[in-house]
Amino acid sequence: MLLRAARREAGRRGPRVQITGPELEDLACQAAGDALLAITQKAGQFRGESRFTTWAYRFVIFEVSAKIGRHFWRHPTRPLDAESWDRLPDRFGFDPAQESEWRDLLAALRRAVDTELTPRQREVFVAVALNDVPPDALAIKLGSNRNAIYKMMFDARRKLRAALVANGYLHDEESRRS
Amino acid sequence: MNGWAALDLFLQTDPRDVGCAEAMDLLHVYADLVAAGVPAEERYPGIAAHLRACGPCGQDYDGLLAAIAGAAP
Repeated sequence: MLLRAARREAGRRGPRVQITGPELEDLACQAAGDALLAITQKAGQFRGESRFTTWAYRFVIFEVSAKIGRHFWRHPTRPLDAESWDRLPDRFGFDPAQESEWRDLLAALRRAVDTELTPRQREVFVAVALNDVPPDALAIKLGSNRNAIYKMMFDARRKLRAALVANGYLHDEESRRS
Repeated sequence: MNGWAALDLFLQTDPRDVGCAEAMDLLHVYADLVAAGVPAEERYPGIAAHLRACGPCGQDYDGLLAAIAGAAP
């Protein structure tokens, strides 16, 4: 049951991160094995808030997720410290024909990244938003965890949006609702 | 969605967002409610907000729902 779920989950995610064939099968087997170990160790913590199978599947999903995060650094797509600002227009779907309209916005965003964020927030924002490093992979690289990376990104996004609103590039939520 | 709207959406944060740790602690409960057709978002708005905003947790949630559906008779 666990192996079947691990294979399904690895098959769902693997191709997106270029893991296929025997490597994917190996990842699924390891995830199922580690999930079984975690379930055995934590069975006493099951409080009956969900079906037992759903609680157990959660460990399979987490193990597949963690193993795919670790796999990223075997074939990183770009250096962690690269700053791929030129990829932003594509990422957000800005029309090249209308560059005169959004060039100032992206320049303001870049200024805000440099002036509003702490060094750690900047490092995380650049890795995740500019270099497409998956948060789980970044957490491994920085010796952190998903929750801390998310919190760092959350605070960075909030600060950057506030800076763009303050400078008239975006509307604040209150005026949007009124 | 144009670039401005996409960037704006990316930068928006929801104050109800509970973060990864709490969302993952209750993911099995939330997923079971959704699978049973119960309006889980109303009961756990902070988890719903988080799953909308966090790519990795959203992936785990999708995977858990797929596992539940795959195990259904």
